[in-house]
Amino acid sequence: MSFLTTVYAYLYYFAALVLLAGVTFKVVQYARTPAPLKIPTTPAPTTKAGVVLRMTREVVLFESLFRGNKWTWIFGWIFHFGLFLVTLRHLRYFMEPVWLPIELVQPFGIYGGMAMVVGLAGLWARRFFVDRVRYISSPSDHLILALLIAIGCTGLLMTFVFHTDVVAVKSFFIGLYSFDPPPLPGDPLLLLHLFLVAALMIIFPYSKLLHAPGLFFSPSRNQVDNPREQRHIAPWAKRLEQE
Amino acid sequence: MAKATFEVPELSQYLDVPPVTPQTMAHSKPFVAKPEFQAPLGFPGELMDDWQEKALDKMGELLGKYRSLRVYLDSCVKCGSCTDKCHYYLGTKDPKNMPVGRQDLMRKVYRRYFTLAGKLFPKLVGAEDFTKDVLDDWYSYFHQCSQCRRCSVFCPYGIDTAEISMAAREIMDSIGVGQKYCNEIIGKVYTIGNNLGLPGPALRDTLEGLEEDVFDETGVAVRYPIDQVGADILLVTPSADFFAEPHVDGLIGYGKVFHEAGVTWTLSSHASEAANFGMFIGSYDNMRRVAQRIREAAIELKVKRIVFGECGHAWRVAYSFLNTLAGPWDFLDPRYPVPQHICEFTYNLIQEGKLTFDKGENDDKVLTYHDSCNVARASRMGDTPGGQFEIPRAIIRATCNHFYDMDEDTIRDRTFCCGGGGGLLTDDLMELRVKGAKPRVEALNNVMLEKGVTHMAAICAICKSQFTKVLPYYGMEMDQIVSLHQLVSNAIVLTPSLDGEDDEDDEEEAEEAA
Ligand code: SF4
Ligand code: SF4
Repeated sequence: MSFLTTVYAYLYYFAALVLLAGVTFKVVQYARTPAPLKIPTTPAPTTKAGVVLRMTREVVLFESLFRGNKWTWIFGWIFHFGLFLVTLRHLRYFMEPVWLPIELVQPFGIYGGMAMVVGLAGLWARRFFVDRVRYISSPSDHLILALLIAIGCTGLLMTFVFHTDVVAVKSFFIGLYSFDPPPLPGDPLLLLHLFLVAALMIIFPYSKLLHAPGLFFSPSRNQVDNPREQRHIAPWAKRLEQE
Repeated sequence: MAKATFEVPELSQYLDVPPVTPQTMAHSKPFVAKPEFQAPLGFPGELMDDWQEKALDKMGELLGKYRSLRVYLDSCVKCGSCTDKCHYYLGTKDPKNMPVGRQDLMRKVYRRYFTLAGKLFPKLVGAEDFTKDVLDDWYSYFHQCSQCRRCSVFCPYGIDTAEISMAAREIMDSIGVGQKYCNEIIGKVYTIGNNLGLPGPALRDTLEGLEEDVFDETGVAVRYPIDQVGADILLVTPSADFFAEPHVDGLIGYGKVFHEAGVTWTLSSHASEAANFGMFIGSYDNMRRVAQRIREAAIELKVKRIVFGECGHAWRVAYSFLNTLAGPWDFLDPRYPVPQHICEFTYNLIQEGKLTFDKGENDDKVLTYHDSCNVARASRMGDTPGGQFEIPRAIIRATCNHFYDMDEDTIRDRTFCCGGGGGLLTDDLMELRVKGAKPRVEALNNVMLEKGVTHMAAICAICKSQFTKVLPYYGMEMDQIVSLHQLVSNAIVLTPSLDGEDDEDDEEEAEEAA
């Protein structure tokens, strides 16, 4: 293996490990932390099915954000939806043969990439132009936006301007499964793109990107509104009762 | 207009979001609880020497006990959706009163001591050491949150700043920095039985007085019993209902409704307070202790049902937590939810056609309705989501001819706090209370100008007390705020008692009970 290929191979093993282990750790931690009191923000659904519907609206449509701020909603939704399409498009690098739905999504993935960058740019502009949002932004908020925009732009550049050998890229990733990846093309743009993505994977469990799993564990959104019908008592609170 | 040592904000017709103006409210701090108010609640008397270590230990403990805290401290993406939603920010311009700004006071400490990024790169992620200055900021700004949860409605992750304020207050209490108002009141509940410190005999006197007044006015013997063993219903209501205007008019109304329903009911001198300030200080233990009194009273008085009077925070604790804190309630009649709100009770009777109203009695008023935060965003009435918005409005419509809602963006789950909730209803926070009321008063002012509204009905004791105090600062009258059951009381047509019960019997029984 060439030196570069080895470095990237290890980088991706490391990044994948950090991402998986880190997010798993967090999810387990959230799941194991008790929610001792019912605190759904009402009007809240009174059934489990209702909660699933509420959560789905939050995840897919960003309902609360829509009520909160239309500009943030537009840019945030464009970015996330773009990211979703891009991720689907990239799945072809990780599977052989490629599933039909992933084949079909390919062209939309490109629009997704553009949407992603537009959305991010809008979100970033708000951090400069809205005084309240400027006030609450820390350097890491800017850096994460910069990182995502850089990932989007390097990706788009490879699609439209400096094409890279995607077949070789794919063999590299498939090769990672058997711990014997063939050489990675040496394009600087590709290497930069891959490096940034690995960095994103590594910071994910240590940053505000935890909002993704966090949403599912938010008691104000995921609880059923039935406290009169059912006692809702956490293990540590139960112990008080035995005293 | 009342005198003020600070500038009372000017009302505008449209809600304008003020420019960020740091530190405008840094000086606003409630009185600190003295050692004698801390002890009965199980807290140290004053700031401990090793407070930082102790506070971080407590924070670690709470992170393990409350999923909300853990998830909310991690999840904020600084999107800004909540920044213009808090009435305290809108009224004071202080960015630490933006919900996310307030959370960040705790988040920066959390990041510094509990996250890898904050341990390694504090500057990058906005992590900071827990210094005395930070603690001072906590004391100021976590006592500028009324825990109204308006911010949680608009946050994409449902981040509830109230949960964070409660945790911060519990941490501060655990190192000896308590807030006088809340802790003193909880102490009074433990020693005397209610927030106002009214002893049993005073309550009995008041209730006898009410019976006489109602009899004089209506010629009907409506009863206001206390400690009556074997009554069907235990009514638990905020102690303000026993004497202060406009609260007591509400209590008179409940009695008339029970009279018309033909049920027996009673108050309890042991559980003579519905409010539970344990919630405001985030203390599960104290909240539980306060809630247990209701269980004890229910058992002692052998009642079948529990009904809560008009109060917002009390209703949140009752609706959402009573079953958890003081249950199970299997000794009560299973046909009724535990507890019920007096509005649910009255509404059900209206639905069954058991109440007759002469709406004309309220014709001197044009009404609007203030949704109290803790009812609107943290509880329910009836069987369907949103019942807490519809049921009180249905009662108003049944009892009055003239009713107009305020602007949609300021009612129901988007309602604006009165500015006095969450344990802030104390004179030492008057500036905050007046400024925080601005968005609500603005919406009220608009319906006064556009629809000729004269009065605002509310079902929360804190809201009623707060408006009574604060409206005059804005050039309005204190009696523009009324109890919802005051409207019921005015309009209800009473049936004379059939069992030949006259005034004398009543007195005898009251004496027996005493
Ligand atoms: S809970 Fe209410 S008072 Fe507290 S930050 Fe949120 S909006 Fe402001
Ligand atoms: S709305 Fe929620 S995620 Fe956005 S800044 Fe406020 S607390 Fe953070």
